[in-house]
Amino acid sequence: MERDPVAAESRRTAPSPSIVLRELGRFVRFMLGEMRPRGRLLTPFNVLTGAIVLVTIGLLVIRFTHGLGSITNLSQDSPWGLWIGFDVITGVAFAGGAYVLSFIVYVLGQERYRPIARVTILNGFLAYVFYAGALLLDLGRPWKVVNPIIGNSFGVSSVMFLVAWHFLLYMIAEFVEFSPTIAEWAGWPRLRRRLHALTLGAVVFGITLSILHQSGLGALFLMARDKIHPLWYSQFIPILFFVSSIFAGLSMVIFEGTITHKVFHERVGDRLEQTYPDILTGLARICAATMFVYLFLQLLVFVHGQRWTYMRTGWGAWYLLEMAGLVALPIALFLHGHVRRNLAVIRAAAILTLAGIVLNRLNVSVIAYKWYAPVPYVPSWQEVVVTLGVISAEIWVFRWIVNRMPVLDRALPSPAPRARGRAVPAPATR
Amino acid sequence: MDRRSAVRTLCVATGSALVGRKLNAQEADAPAAAGEPMAILVDTTVCGGCRECEFACAAANGLPEPPEEVDFQETRTTSESQWTVVNRYQTDAGEVFVRRQCMHCLRPACASACLTRAMYKTPEGPVVWREDKCMGCRFCMISCPFDVPKFEYDSANPRILKCRMCWERLEQGEVPACVANCPYEAVTFGPRSEMIELAWKRIYENPDAYVHHVYGEHEAGGTSWLYLAAVPFEELGFRTDLGTTPYPDLTREFLYAVPFVLTMVPPFLLALNRASANREPDESEE
Ligand code: SF4
Ligand code: SF4
Repeated sequence: MERDPVAAESRRTAPSPSIVLRELGRFVRFMLGEMRPRGRLLTPFNVLTGAIVLVTIGLLVIRFTHGLGSITNLSQDSPWGLWIGFDVITGVAFAGGAYVLSFIVYVLGQERYRPIARVTILNGFLAYVFYAGALLLDLGRPWKVVNPIIGNSFGVSSVMFLVAWHFLLYMIAEFVEFSPTIAEWAGWPRLRRRLHALTLGAVVFGITLSILHQSGLGALFLMARDKIHPLWYSQFIPILFFVSSIFAGLSMVIFEGTITHKVFHERVGDRLEQTYPDILTGLARICAATMFVYLFLQLLVFVHGQRWTYMRTGWGAWYLLEMAGLVALPIALFLHGHVRRNLAVIRAAAILTLAGIVLNRLNVSVIAYKWYAPVPYVPSWQEVVVTLGVISAEIWVFRWIVNRMPVLDRALPSPAPRARGRAVPAPATR
Repeated sequence: MDRRSAVRTLCVATGSALVGRKLNAQEADAPAAAGEPMAILVDTTVCGGCRECEFACAAANGLPEPPEEVDFQETRTTSESQWTVVNRYQTDAGEVFVRRQCMHCLRPACASACLTRAMYKTPEGPVVWREDKCMGCRFCMISCPFDVPKFEYDSANPRILKCRMCWERLEQGEVPACVANCPYEAVTFGPRSEMIELAWKRIYENPDAYVHHVYGEHEAGGTSWLYLAAVPFEELGFRTDLGTTPYPDLTREFLYAVPFVLTMVPPFLLALNRASANREPDESEE
């Protein structure tokens, strides 16, 4: 890794073409250095995910040469399966942490949460790239995907049109939010300051887009009124999806933080280390509050839709599991963890909450969709492997970035980043 | 087999070429051309279950020929290679044959769901699919209350396939192939208001022979395919719980809210940002 102090000096004056060129050359060399893996390659995790990704690539070749039916269990009765229901719809709900946290930190100015802002935004951005990107794998004719973006095929009456546009715009907004970190890493302080000035704009735009497409994912199912089991269908799906994306995202932040802090222990800065318990208990409280609102809304919908008539069936029990076991119970756990400052309980609550979101999104989009169909849809092993492959690829990219860019160690004073890369021991590949 | 698929490709190719040209002209002056949609009235008390319509449909659209014999034991559904099917139901009024296909809704869910406008409601009534636009998201399948659009899961270049009410034939002044080939004259083709009048005329002239309901007159906001029957429609495999609201209206409120959120939320967030006492310190100063 080389960083040239002279080059940094010269950047203080207006950049001339030759300087830009030199800077580019430096960046390419820098990039090449950074591309090299660090540490041991053959860890069990790497071997496992590597195998999954290889199989995934093979499966995708089959899928794109022989059609979706060759590796999926999709049918005329269940046009959307695991890839849409889990990868896209659940994945985007989990990525909601980015907009919620940027609201808390950048709009409300709650400094307490700033140390986890970067990693959350990075996670959100990557989740969109990979999970919303997984939509491309599911499209029958992905080469036409630009039709609603450019050209004359604007289906403005379509909720899907709105969601597609918002995915695209939101990815750009997230990238802008994250870009100061990239500029810091690459050693471009001037650019970094410019990009940083854009942050608030990107945050405001991103939150607005998130409100719309989180609810929009629910609105996709409004026209499936007569196909989704009445325990999961209501005209309020968009609102329920939006509210649940708040605590889904934050629970993901808690869950992912737990893993990140273990795996990237040496990358966690002092400030984050010290305040982390405070952050978690604070997040637990926000989760509990929004989940309470959600549960209340669900109750209103329950009464409004006179849903008790279905409670005696198996679907009623399934519904009860979701609402009592994976919403009401985590609320209690979050509150308990918050009051007692018990991080383990908070983590357990987050995991239960995430399971509840998976169940809810899959119920609406796959399980309770055409619940009366003679042959229920069960994903094929290939669909599961491809899903795992997408997740593995995302983790690789996340790990690569966290190990190189100042994502977790925000508290380091400015001169320090120069020496940072080398000071860190390298236990495993990054 | 080979010849058939060649013929099929040829048909589809010429078909889509024609459609493509016509459509562009159509789209430009659609409001002016928007007259009355055409409709087809099916009288299930007349239908003899000969399945000529299935064969005529396959021939006209270059589809594989339907099975010669079916035993009517199980209820068949339309598929990507068979756009209309005739089913038999045992009822109080004896055997009733019912053919099913796309209903060609007046306000189709599929077309309003389509983000590329590949599913397109023509002013003449047929709802058609346009290959050059579709990206294969299958949202039309999720949305259609009658489960009509079918997807080619086994193709690397998949299409959405369904009855197109022989739109190319209509353009040439002909009637749909199934109508032209029905030996029982169980299907009648004409402007929708006339078909509704005809349906009610038959009911009034023969009140004991029909239930007093024209399926499709109001279902899902009205369809271009209308049905008469001697027994209640739920006994004939029809969904009678669909209501009369056009399906696109189910998402209307949500879509109306979008511009509001887009214009109201950002200023609100900015104001909130100003107001929060703990202003964001400039990160670059850290
Ligand atoms: S029946 Fe389905 S496919 Fe046919 S026009 Fe209506 S919504 Fe579209
Ligand atoms: S599959 Fe094709 S026709 Fe159906 S909604 Fe998607 S783009 Fe439109």
